[in-house]
Amino acid sequence: MLTDRPSSITAKLTWMNMLVSAAALLLACAAFATYEVISVRQNMVRALSIQAQIIGFNSASALLFDDPRSAGNTLAALKAAPDLIDAEIFTASGELFVAYPHRPGERHLPLRWVAGGQTEAHWFNGRTLVLQRQIVFGGKPAGTVLIRTDLRQLNKRLKADAVIAGIVLAACMAAVLLMSSFLRRTISEPVVRLAEMARIISHQKDYSVRIAAIPSRDELGVLMESFNEMLAQIQVRDGALLQAHNELEGRVEERTVQLMGANRELEAFSYSVSHDLRAPLRQISGFAKILSDEYEAQIDVAGQRYLKLIQEGARNMGRLIDDLINMGRIGRQELFQKPTDLNDLLQFVLNDLQTEIEARSINLRLGALPVVECDPGLIKQVFANLLSNAVKYTRYQEHPVIEVGQSRQNGQNTDAEETVFFVRDNGAGFDQKYENKLFGVFQRLHRAEEFEGTGVGLATVRRIIQNHGGRIWAKGEIGKGATFYFTLKPGGHGVGNTGMPLMQEVNHDI
Amino acid sequence: MISETVEILLVEDNAADLELALHALRKNKVANTIHIARDGEEALQFLFRQGPYSGRDATLPKVVLLDLKLPKVDGLEVLKVIREDERTKCIPVVALTSSKEQKDILASYKLGVNSYIQKPVDFEQFQQAIQQLGLYWVVVNQVPFAV
Repeated sequence: MLTDRPSSITAKLTWMNMLVSAAALLLACAAFATYEVISVRQNMVRALSIQAQIIGFNSASALLFDDPRSAGNTLAALKAAPDLIDAEIFTASGELFVAYPHRPGERHLPLRWVAGGQTEAHWFNGRTLVLQRQIVFGGKPAGTVLIRTDLRQLNKRLKADAVIAGIVLAACMAAVLLMSSFLRRTISEPVVRLAEMARIISHQKDYSVRIAAIPSRDELGVLMESFNEMLAQIQVRDGALLQAHNELEGRVEERTVQLMGANRELEAFSYSVSHDLRAPLRQISGFAKILSDEYEAQIDVAGQRYLKLIQEGARNMGRLIDDLINMGRIGRQELFQKPTDLNDLLQFVLNDLQTEIEARSINLRLGALPVVECDPGLIKQVFANLLSNAVKYTRYQEHPVIEVGQSRQNGQNTDAEETVFFVRDNGAGFDQKYENKLFGVFQRLHRAEEFEGTGVGLATVRRIIQNHGGRIWAKGEIGKGATFYFTLKPGGHGVGNTGMPLMQEVNHDI
Repeated sequence: MISETVEILLVEDNAADLELALHALRKNKVANTIHIARDGEEALQFLFRQGPYSGRDATLPKVVLLDLKLPKVDGLEVLKVIREDERTKCIPVVALTSSKEQKDILASYKLGVNSYIQKPVDFEQFQQAIQQLGLYWVVVNQVPFAV
């Protein structure tokens, strides 16, 4: 369970508790053991020293009178000392005087040299403690006593201590484990629950769940409460968002239905305009024509002229209807764009105007145009309109000049270059302050007797340009001419900008 | 009129347009016999010899000049019935109408119209158109059945 991934915080807490407790216990044990060893050794040395003094005092006269038996008796009293291994007395000259227990021929402990002024020395030698003390009599060194004692007892005690420490450690660990289960309940379990909840929510996106039974008012409790609160807020916001979304969706649907209805109506309208408006016009024109042809004798010259005017009016209105329907259709029509060589397009348009251009010996200056992505049918209408306007408005000009070309300019609101096309003439021109009226439907800057027209052409041109994402504008001066500028795409177009077609697939059959 | 051979069936609901068309046809002496139907239903009754035309002989016109916007049964429906019936399948039908809408032109050709002509507003052009189509369909064109 401690290695369970979701509850790893529990495992961590348990491990942490155990490590901290074990470290504290081990440190305490080590300190205690060290102190124990030191103090026990000191006590042993002190006890051994006292024994050595007693032996020295009792055997001083024996040394003086060279009576090893008496000294041997004194040593034999050491029998009572439990851990004693052996003891020897040496003469002042360093020869062995007597030993206990008496083991003849056995090698005895060697004497150690002791620094001047010192009367006693001791050393630990593996499992034994050896103490050496000078025997002084009447202020003079009379010999040396050497006692060796076993440390087995001490080691046994230390072992027992270690066993006790181990038991205590194990008991402590068990207690820590027990405590960590309590900790789990109070700390890690709530955290694990919180984590699990967060995981579920992020997986299932269900913000309606809440953490039940918040355990206490500590930081964890506050965290859980905040979590619940956050969920509630998200839920409220989600609800509001969903509602707003649904409302918008509904509104879009409603508008779409309305728009589609409007579009259908418009379509029906333009259909009936194209169909029903034409019939009476045809009748007006037709019967006027029959009158002027077949009843010529009965109608005088003025009457004949009026009949002609009636026919002309009907003709004009027919054109107007056609132009309007065309403009309406362009507004609704989808663009069919493809790479198109504008030079070819221009040539098609010029072919239609060829007769008048030649008859009036108009000076045509054609710049190289690029291949661009556009709806060729519609852009042809643009050129046709602008060029027929140029031809029309140079009618009274003695040396008419019409120029078509392109230039690279900085865009309207950007630094990026764009291709600007222009059609320039030196014809009747217009007053620059009426520029905005040029492109309005039915807006004309000239009288019909001067220059014929329906006032729909430039409005249609503007709509085509706008549908391509471009702009159109004009510059003019009365009597000097007009220049119409247009772009085809915001920020220029990427197909090519030379007169040569860059793409092989250039469509010529427009 | 009923026993005569009909060269043109003119289907037109608008009286004034009808008069203009007849004027143009007669002036150009394109056809001697023109039958007029004022709506789609009448046109079908004439072609299939039903109702008032049940006593008519079995001849078919050389061409049907068909307005598309008609009361009762509209022009496209008339065209559909003509093309679906074995007896009338081969009659040349010319749509002669005010509409220049692409969808009307497309629908007519899909139903098998032989020609689609928009009536020009200008009467001179209208007259020319009538003359040309009359000459072509009644005089020049050969039909697969005896008239």
